[in-house]
Amino acid sequence: MQLAYIARRVLIFLLIVWLAATLNFFLPKLSGEDPVRAKLLQSAQLGGYVQAGLEDMVKVYNQRFGLDKPLWRQYLTFLHDTARLDFNYSIANYPRTVGQMIAEAVPWTIGLLGVTTLLSFALGTFLGALLAWPGAPRWMRWVMPPLWAMHAIPFFLLGLILAYLLAFQVPLLPIFGGYTAGAVPTLSLGFIWDVVSHALLPALSIVLATTGGWALGMRGMMVTTMGEDYVTFAEAKGLKSPTIFIRYCLRNAILPQTTALALALAQILSGAVLVEVIFGYPGIGALLFQAIQENDFFLIQGIVFTVIVALGFATLILDVVYPWLDPRISYRRES
Amino acid sequence: MNAEILRVERLRVSYDHPQGAVHAVDDVSFSLQSHERFGLAGESGSGKSTMALAILRMIRPPGHIDGGEVWLGDTPLSSQSDEAMRRLRLAGISLVPQGSMNALNPVLRIKGQIADALEDHGIALSPRELNARVAELLGHVGLAPEVAEMYPHELSGGMKQRACIAIAISMGPKVIIADEPTSALDVVVQRQVMATLGRVQQELGAAVILIGHDMGLMAQFVDRLGVMYAGRLVEIAPIAEILAAPRHPYTEMLVASLPSLERKGEMRGIPGLAPLLRDLPQGCAFHPRCPRAIDRCRGERPALREVAPKQHVACHLA
Amino acid sequence: MLGYLRRNPSLAVGIVLLSLLALFVIVGNLTVDTSLARPLSVRALQPPSWDHLFGTDRQGRDLLAVMVAGTPLTLKIGFVAGFIGVGIGTALAFTAGYYRGTVDAVIRGVADVGLTVPGLLVLILIAVSVRGGLTVNEMAIIVASLAWLNPTRTIRSQVLTLRERGYVEVARLNGMSGPAIILREMLPNLLPYLAATLVNAVSAAILASVGLEVLGLGPVESPTLGMTLYWINFNAAILNGWWWWWLAPTVIILIVFLGLFFLTVGLDEVANPRLRRSA
Repeated sequence: MQLAYIARRVLIFLLIVWLAATLNFFLPKLSGEDPVRAKLLQSAQLGGYVQAGLEDMVKVYNQRFGLDKPLWRQYLTFLHDTARLDFNYSIANYPRTVGQMIAEAVPWTIGLLGVTTLLSFALGTFLGALLAWPGAPRWMRWVMPPLWAMHAIPFFLLGLILAYLLAFQVPLLPIFGGYTAGAVPTLSLGFIWDVVSHALLPALSIVLATTGGWALGMRGMMVTTMGEDYVTFAEAKGLKSPTIFIRYCLRNAILPQTTALALALAQILSGAVLVEVIFGYPGIGALLFQAIQENDFFLIQGIVFTVIVALGFATLILDVVYPWLDPRISYRRES
Repeated sequence: MNAEILRVERLRVSYDHPQGAVHAVDDVSFSLQSHERFGLAGESGSGKSTMALAILRMIRPPGHIDGGEVWLGDTPLSSQSDEAMRRLRLAGISLVPQGSMNALNPVLRIKGQIADALEDHGIALSPRELNARVAELLGHVGLAPEVAEMYPHELSGGMKQRACIAIAISMGPKVIIADEPTSALDVVVQRQVMATLGRVQQELGAAVILIGHDMGLMAQFVDRLGVMYAGRLVEIAPIAEILAAPRHPYTEMLVASLPSLERKGEMRGIPGLAPLLRDLPQGCAFHPRCPRAIDRCRGERPALREVAPKQHVACHLA
Repeated sequence: MLGYLRRNPSLAVGIVLLSLLALFVIVGNLTVDTSLARPLSVRALQPPSWDHLFGTDRQGRDLLAVMVAGTPLTLKIGFVAGFIGVGIGTALAFTAGYYRGTVDAVIRGVADVGLTVPGLLVLILIAVSVRGGLTVNEMAIIVASLAWLNPTRTIRSQVLTLRERGYVEVARLNGMSGPAIILREMLPNLLPYLAATLVNAVSAAILASVGLEVLGLGPVESPTLGMTLYWINFNAAILNGWWWWWLAPTVIILIVFLGLFFLTVGLDEVANPRLRRSA
């Protein structure tokens, strides 16, 4: 039974990967032109400067996606390349390949997103649980409205405000980049602090904006859980307050909360992309922005695909972890 | 010698509602002897479940206990500290809920749900002792030791109910309140569960308050019956008396509605609907539906009086 | 009605905020010369003064005019996309939830997979593929293309619950046809919930469109709120100290989102009385 559940989840993951690749293939066909030619045209319009290597790229492109080949052939070639993670060259940054550029940017984003998501989820969930518990100190009530407000504001806006307050008005933290321009990456403490201080503002924006959401959600789940019959029985059993709070309420409320996490990943990523853009943080988001500016279609394709697959994978992991938390799932068929 | 183990004196519980207070328990008094089986019968909305929670002092806002007292032996419960009350639950008075529905924590094994109660009551056991104790308890209610490792969703309704009974007797309480323990079960399983309950009660020497609306069940199980209507106690008497010669018109109609195995006849119900607890009629709460109501019933609320040894009725006509 | 508003402060706050915004837009459009929202209309980079209440930006636009002209555009995108999204979503949700079977499996599968994919990225891909500058209407349609995913899922779960209710059974036994049951028995009961979903969808749509615009993928000529943010970023307005440039759109966007948020929370409480704040 458990195997069937995992198998289904993996299948969905593969479906997502396939869907991403297919989208990547068909969407540009919408406009009827190929991106390399478009770039060529654009460069020509700008006064004759032709991007180096563009001729070579056109050749490679035609080889793979030549319009003389039947559509299904192109499609298969595309799928094949994608499976090999060959995203072609970056149009604007030839001879660097898309793969290279993505590989450089990914660690920054994973670092930022990984830490902030875990932090805000843990913090928010615990805060939300406390807020729902009647035994919580009264002053905690006042924490709610600011959390609500911050949850409603999109990340990047919060980022803008924070940037102004903490980087401009009071030059506390650096506002741009992953580390001070020109610094040489070493494993020294100084460099590490440099990286961290540059990451603080973007991280703060994300954490502040999302913690509220988790707290509110958890509070809601807790309120529902606290109304359940088994909590009443737990109290009738004469259990201590902390026991009921943790073993009976938290333990059950965390289940839908985790589901919410899986569903929110996509949203968090979208928000993070914009935050990176505002702060020039050299992650996937900023790379995407740059690609859009430069009309570097292959880079855009590569990034979108990578992100979709990464998210699908993360969701897969969460889906597989879930039955471990909720014993009802591995035994029941999908309802 | 049977001593009085529980006494409820003029208990009043109400819930706040924007359109008026809801008097779920209105000036209810009765006492319970040790080893006794006492039934509390009434329709849905008559306040019986609220009674159970009130005795355990588990009424939460927007509900509150407005007055009265509950005595467990010599101990008045309303003046106990929260911590003292907590320790009395399960150890002094325990609850058997409608377990077949949702009374067990879905993410914990049965063993864990028995163990955490023992632990929070200060009973420290080694893992081996714990397993033995759990197996013993499960055995008392007719469940196999393997059930200890199972999750609630793996058990049938009857098994879940018996697991709840196992938990309820784990500390040898003096009073067991069984709140509709068989409502969601089929008749065969009902009988098993009631037999189990009866047996553990005798083994423990505890008193039982059986709350429900199934008069047939009451007839088979309890020694004495209290009938509740609209939050008020309208009659208390030994079960045999109530069945043979009910004094309150409501009780009379309840008993008459029981189908008989011997005679055939028309099904007889009680006309009308139970009143909303926040919109009770003046005087006697039952008078709008009572076939024998007189003028006095409309204006004056009848008090619960002892009209014969051990028989109490709240009716102007008794 | 007013009594209810007092018991549901979120709803009240939401309505107040959005009314203020509406007032700003309506009065603004009547009193301010919106042609000043075009580039090179006025002197560039002026801080707020009596001539230009919100100041001017680097391309010579009067910012008050930009706000007055642009806010309704952004809102329009959100509303159009939100309505289309919820419209399609409701239709799909009822079909899937009521009829179940393969139809349900397919719709649910598509929605689930679609939700795992970050919408913004797909939108980016679409926007980049569609050549030529986008108009406001095209933006709305692009955003709408993904806006139906979440509503479908949430409304479907509500439909599933409703389906088991007694009155639906009775209607079915009485021989009512499927569509009739959906329209006459189930839909009216879901109206508060649908309203909450709609507001949520509009909010999400505005967020998506602003996101696209900030990245530079929006209708470049229009003075929408997102495009203003884009220009702010492009010109490093924060670093250069031109505070008035980013203050106005930030405040307005804040009001939009806070207003929609409180409205959603308020409507949620109407739809689900159990969420009402306990004492």
